[in-house]
Amino acid sequence: MTKRSMYFKMITSALIRRRSGMFVALLAVAIGATVLSGLVTVYYDIPRQMRQEFRSYGANLIFVSSGGDALSEEEAAAAVACIPEAQAVGIAAYRYETVKINEQPFMAAGTDLAGARATSPYWFVSGEWPERDGSVLIGQEVADVIRLLPGSSFTMTGTDLQGEAFSRDFRVAGIVQTGGTEEAFIFMSLADFAAVIGENGAFDVVECSVSASQAELEAIAARVTESAAGVAPRLVTRVTRSEGAVLTKLQALVFLVTTVVLLLTMICVATTMMAVVEERRKEIGLKKALGAPNRGIVAEFLGEGLFLGCLGGVLGAALGFGFAQLIGINVFSRAVHFQAALAPVTVVASVFVTGLACLIPVRRATDVDPAIVLRGE
Amino acid sequence: MPILDIKGISKIYGSVKALHNVDLAVEQGEWLAIMGPSGSGKTTMMNIIGCMDKPTEGKVILDGVDIAAESARNLTAVRREKIGLIFQQFHLINYLTALENVMVAQYYHSMPDEKEALQALDRVGLSNRAKHLPSQLSGGEQQRVCIARALINYPMLVLADEPTGNLDEANEGIVLDIFKQLHREGSTVIVVTHDPEVAQEAQRTVVLEHGRIARIIANGGPGQTNASRLEDGAPDSQSRQAAERSKE
Ligand SMILES: Nc1ncnc2c1ncn2[C@@H]1O[C@H](COP(=O)(O)OP(=O)(O)OP(=O)(O)O)[C@@H](O)[C@H]1O
Ligand SMILES: [Mg+2]
Repeated sequence: MTKRSMYFKMITSALIRRRSGMFVALLAVAIGATVLSGLVTVYYDIPRQMRQEFRSYGANLIFVSSGGDALSEEEAAAAVACIPEAQAVGIAAYRYETVKINEQPFMAAGTDLAGARATSPYWFVSGEWPERDGSVLIGQEVADVIRLLPGSSFTMTGTDLQGEAFSRDFRVAGIVQTGGTEEAFIFMSLADFAAVIGENGAFDVVECSVSASQAELEAIAARVTESAAGVAPRLVTRVTRSEGAVLTKLQALVFLVTTVVLLLTMICVATTMMAVVEERRKEIGLKKALGAPNRGIVAEFLGEGLFLGCLGGVLGAALGFGFAQLIGINVFSRAVHFQAALAPVTVVASVFVTGLACLIPVRRATDVDPAIVLRGE
Repeated sequence: MPILDIKGISKIYGSVKALHNVDLAVEQGEWLAIMGPSGSGKTTMMNIIGCMDKPTEGKVILDGVDIAAESARNLTAVRREKIGLIFQQFHLINYLTALENVMVAQYYHSMPDEKEALQALDRVGLSNRAKHLPSQLSGGEQQRVCIARALINYPMLVLADEPTGNLDEANEGIVLDIFKQLHREGSTVIVVTHDPEVAQEAQRTVVLEHGRIARIIANGGPGQTNASRLEDGAPDSQSRQAAERSKE
């Protein structure tokens, strides 16, 4: 048997066969690690999710032409290229034109419908989103005025880009409620829009939903101004501000609670270890009488402590996810995702906190006088 | 040259003089018993010889080195290398098996060697108890494990403080037989005991009283010339000394 395997035999036997004292410490570490990994999961995952959800209040970055007329396709593409792909939640370019139904004027919007859906996930559609050519989404106001239901058809008339009159039939796929001005619009695919109005290779506005902090959004806007000539970026600031405030408060709270819990864990581990050292004075005295050097005593107690820390950390990493899930569902009404990278961080943090907590008790252990083994105190 | 040469040691605890100007020389291979009433300083002396405590005054020359002048770190090394300790309360580590308890001494000394540790247990008749925890062993068995542990590193000096103090007669006999065997093999042994039967087996018995050597009794056997020595003691001890002399 090597020295090292004897060492592990000693520290694991001490933990497993003694079964007392140290298990209180293990419990403390496990609870501390659970809170740590749970709250950190909440700290990362909930804001990430909320950022995504804040996006459902619509676009937070829009591009228009700086000259006041339409954006060319190239200009729009250059501006969109400034948004990091991973952060782009939805991008929808719009063309607008006035059209008539039953001689009443309405605004028709041609857009990439999938993009519009991603940019504005909060739109409530009764019926379906259009999937085929010739079917459109109409706002609630439009539906009310001309009494249309999903599935019914209507005839759209108007003047195209060449100044010629057109008339074409459309089917209503769905009716959209937004609580905003969109309810007065008729949404159709760019292809349908081009089929009736004509193609001019330009957009009136590009709406973007970007998952980014205020600072990141400003940076993107600055890049657009710089690299996409003719494009004026506009931040929709109201949403990002409130978003930032809520998240900052949440994170400060998580940080505070985690710090306090880790401190309590440390105090609990330290006092438990102190009691354990006191309880094992005879054993320590014996080891010293057998010729164990101080660093041997330190290595054994610290080893037991760190082993516990590691075990508690592993337990905590597992339980922490459950804890985070509990908070997520009960407090924020949403499920959290498992953060794999957090598990090793939790274990390392637990080992570190336990090690720190063991310093004074271990020091105490080395102070034990070997003479006590003969004195039978 | 004696293996252990104690020269004028005193040990003072606050106002208590536990040892007072004690001289004693122990030869290689000798079996020495220390007797004396409770509080006479026997354990104090064992602690000093065993490098677990230092005298307030005097020299303790073990294997040519004055351990009274050594640093704590060096004393630890001396204990590890040269001393084998046997205790009245056995002091086995309760979460390790008999075998592992023996191996702990190897671990601190050099290298744990399971085979050798098993042989040591076999020597004290416990090879069939190797995997037992101390709580599963009788007092006599625990003491034999303690002895196996003390002997595993071939110490220069074996120290036993009342090794039979917690044992019944049968187990006392077993332990005594092990000591006799050790002595035959040439080990140097110092045993503190209250039991005259145990002391009788030793070559010499040192009697401590009030921290002084009251007398030294030779238990016969060839080659034991420096039989007894007189120390100034209390009147009653002097009368007992006279009695001892008449026995010789
Ligand atoms: N650490 C200490 N602090 C103060 N006094 C001590 C200490 N150790 C021993 N003494 C005192 O020194 C004296 C000798 O004690 P020691 O333990 O050597 O006696 P002993 O001969 O071993 O007794 P016993 O037969 O009861 O074991 C006693 O008066 C004891 O109270
Ligand atoms: Mg004693």
